[in-house]
Amino acid sequence: MEQILKATQLSKYFYQKKALNKVDINIEKGNIYGILGPNGGGKSTFLKIAAGLLKPSQGEITIDNEKPGVYTKSIVSYLPENNYLYRWMKIKDALNFFKDLYNDFDFEKARESIKFMELEEGEKVTSLSKGMMGRLKLTLALSRKAKLYLLDEPLNGIDPISREKIITSILDSYSEKASILICSHLIYYIEKLLDYVFFLSEGRIILSGNAEELRNKRGMSIDKLFQEVF
Amino acid sequence: MEFNNSIPIYLQIIDSIKKDIVVGKLKTGQKMPSVRELAAILKVNPNTIQRAYQELDREKITFTKRGMGTYVTEEKKTINSLMQEISKKIILDFVEGMNKLGFSNKELINTLKEYL
Repeated sequence: MEQILKATQLSKYFYQKKALNKVDINIEKGNIYGILGPNGGGKSTFLKIAAGLLKPSQGEITIDNEKPGVYTKSIVSYLPENNYLYRWMKIKDALNFFKDLYNDFDFEKARESIKFMELEEGEKVTSLSKGMMGRLKLTLALSRKAKLYLLDEPLNGIDPISREKIITSILDSYSEKASILICSHLIYYIEKLLDYVFFLSEGRIILSGNAEELRNKRGMSIDKLFQEVF
Repeated sequence: MEFNNSIPIYLQIIDSIKKDIVVGKLKTGQKMPSVRELAAILKVNPNTIQRAYQELDREKITFTKRGMGTYVTEEKKTINSLMQEISKKIILDFVEGMNKLGFSNKELINTLKEYL
């Protein structure tokens, strides 16, 4: 299988604190991965390094055989946890903003997705509820034709209806040519989407494997296994 | 479809498809939904569906025509043995459950009769 991301002995320190401690993660094409762990475990730090927003302190990471930089940013679509849209923007402006920013942004797909998500293009981003904002951000991230999608807590603080829509739209954008990496602590809702899981705690990978094999071997759900491990 | 996440999901999908075939919800020779369609309906990873379909193909319960999709077998024999496999499982589960409750085989037959 072709690899899209390879992290070897990746570490990140913030002063004395080790946010990531010798992490090995390999991601192959055409699969959906979950990095699961409690808050502060290092999940977001890993995604930020992969997205090229943070530099690793030690170790190596390559995406499509290149170090994070201009090229990798062009093939990686990153959904950050925080809000990054300007306050003056309407949804329509956000779509145009992405169209200008990314060559691989599929404007028509995004407009369709906006409709599916029951959002209005004329709405101001500041007037959106948390669930609507989550739906908009996901639409923007998934409307790029990327090779790798990095989704940071796509379900955090999201109501059940938005959750269903978000899960449907993640499945919809899945293709054999792309890979999806989802960080979450809401395992119950996403475990059926995942091929492989990594449990990350205090900066270390403490368990990893194929989700179905883990269920088979341990006789429990990934969610249950998670609670047992932590 | 509700899943029990403590059992591999592809196995549950296989079981559910087998049941649908036996009760006639899926007819012999009928085209199955595509991997992507079923993934979207069940909200599970497409690779999981793919794995279930491969296993069903291997057991000759379905067959895949290249570029056309996956179809339910037209072999009546296969479907009959599927029926036996499923009924056997239900009966074994019942017997085991009753034995665990302390019913002897004779007692469980008598109890069963009351409900028939």
